[in-house]
Amino acid sequence: MYNEKVMDYFYNPRNAGELEDANAVGEVGNAQCGDIMQVFLKIEDDIIEDVSFRTFGCGAAIATSSIATEMIKGKTVDEALELSNKDVIEELGGLPPAKIHCSVLAEEAIKAAIENYKEDEGKAH
Amino acid sequence: MHKQIYLDYAATTYVREEVIDAMVPYMKEIYGNPSSIHSFGQKAKQAMADAREQIADVLRAKPKEIYFTSGGTESDNWAIRGLASANAKKGKHIITSSIEHPAIMNACKQLAKQGYSVTYLDVDEFGTVDLKQLEGALTDETILVSIMYANNEIGTIEPIKEIGRIVKENSPAVFHVDAVQAVAAVNIDLSELSDVDAMSFSAHKFYGPKGVGGLFVRMGTRIDPLLFGGSQERKKRATTENVTGIVGAAKALTLAAAEREQEQKRVIELRDHLIKRVLGEFDNVRLNGHPTQRLPNNANFSFDFIEGEGLLLRMDQKGVAASTGSACSTASLEPSHVLLAIGLPHETAHGSYRITIGADTTKEDIDYTVDSLQAVVTTLRNLSPLYNPNKKG
Repeated sequence: MYNEKVMDYFYNPRNAGELEDANAVGEVGNAQCGDIMQVFLKIEDDIIEDVSFRTFGCGAAIATSSIATEMIKGKTVDEALELSNKDVIEELGGLPPAKIHCSVLAEEAIKAAIENYKEDEGKAH
Repeated sequence: MHKQIYLDYAATTYVREEVIDAMVPYMKEIYGNPSSIHSFGQKAKQAMADAREQIADVLRAKPKEIYFTSGGTESDNWAIRGLASANAKKGKHIITSSIEHPAIMNACKQLAKQGYSVTYLDVDEFGTVDLKQLEGALTDETILVSIMYANNEIGTIEPIKEIGRIVKENSPAVFHVDAVQAVAAVNIDLSELSDVDAMSFSAHKFYGPKGVGGLFVRMGTRIDPLLFGGSQERKKRATTENVTGIVGAAKALTLAAAEREQEQKRVIELRDHLIKRVLGEFDNVRLNGHPTQRLPNNANFSFDFIEGEGLLLRMDQKGVAASTGSACSTASLEPSHVLLAIGLPHETAHGSYRITIGADTTKEDIDYTVDSLQAVVTTLRNLSPLYNPNKKG
């Protein structure tokens, strides 16, 4: 059903858990749909220094969350905003058609976290 | 890796060795078409007659009341469509429950498109059909009531005798029972269940082969065919009979009936051990289905804060194969209609895990499964934004 890479990221998720010193958090999805994704970012000088996630959802939801966090680590905020669900699917080597919505969630969670960060920054200045 | 443990016997079973042995001659030597009048055909015909008699014997029915089909879905589809159309002159109202198998649900939805009206009865928190609502819903126009003997997901056994009495006292309807999960697992005596007019069963649920099942149709009950063609099955179901499968189904059911009492006791002990451990050792878990009126081999749990597909796959990695009512393996995003019907919130329904025990299951398997669940549930909860370890619900 899933390819080996998806299974690897599901069984051994990278960047899982809450990030203690995060300065941006994004949450998307709802329990009714069976998917909730939280992304924690530690942003310094516009660079994503550290990132983690927590996900309530299926194997694909967990795998896409995990690989998406890897893909934006060390990137600038603007670079991270460019990450699309297609990039995530490509990096994972494909997802079953019914699971494409999971990759959208990963993209949206990262965008939500960055938007929250920018709002907070705006207030600080 | 640990040995593979199969705990999905409600999905399907393996085929017993004795059943395979009984079937082999009908592929190699006795391969005639039962409709042929030469000796090859007549031997096959005799085997089929014997099988019909054996199955009728176990179910306390008459051989003439047993029709062979390609399995549970065909039996259910045939019952719904065939009984409805044979009785359409009397009315166009059908009653079923909100927790039926898709083979019933979707057949009813199809009839609704063709001018029939369908009432879906509610169930209570345990999955038992609302008998008051049934009584109120029955009218002179009700031609068919179809209720499952036992639910495939949560294992709840419905009060079939009581339902049959209510149907017959309040309407002219025929009563069909989807007993796919129940036949062989529990003792069904159709001579005693005199209000049941039709009943579906499927061989691969009781260690018989896939692709064969049957529909019991009580003498005097009118049913239109689903398949048209030759005059097989007393002109009710055209197509050359699956003699090999039919022989296997009869052998499997005969064996199951002979061993039922002993096996039931063993399986119930394992199931109760499993339920006791899970409810005792986990927080935020619930048992779905009826506490006592449930199939001997079924345990269905909901673990809060996690999603069933992840649970299933991680358990599979540990060697345990079971099932979930989570939506995530379907395209609909909707969790199981059964779990929603018993009143579970969506997020709880998403976290369900069904374990069904069978002939090869041991106490060690159950203990290994619970131990593995400990590890997997903890891992997934720690990954979940819904879970706060300091707060217990």
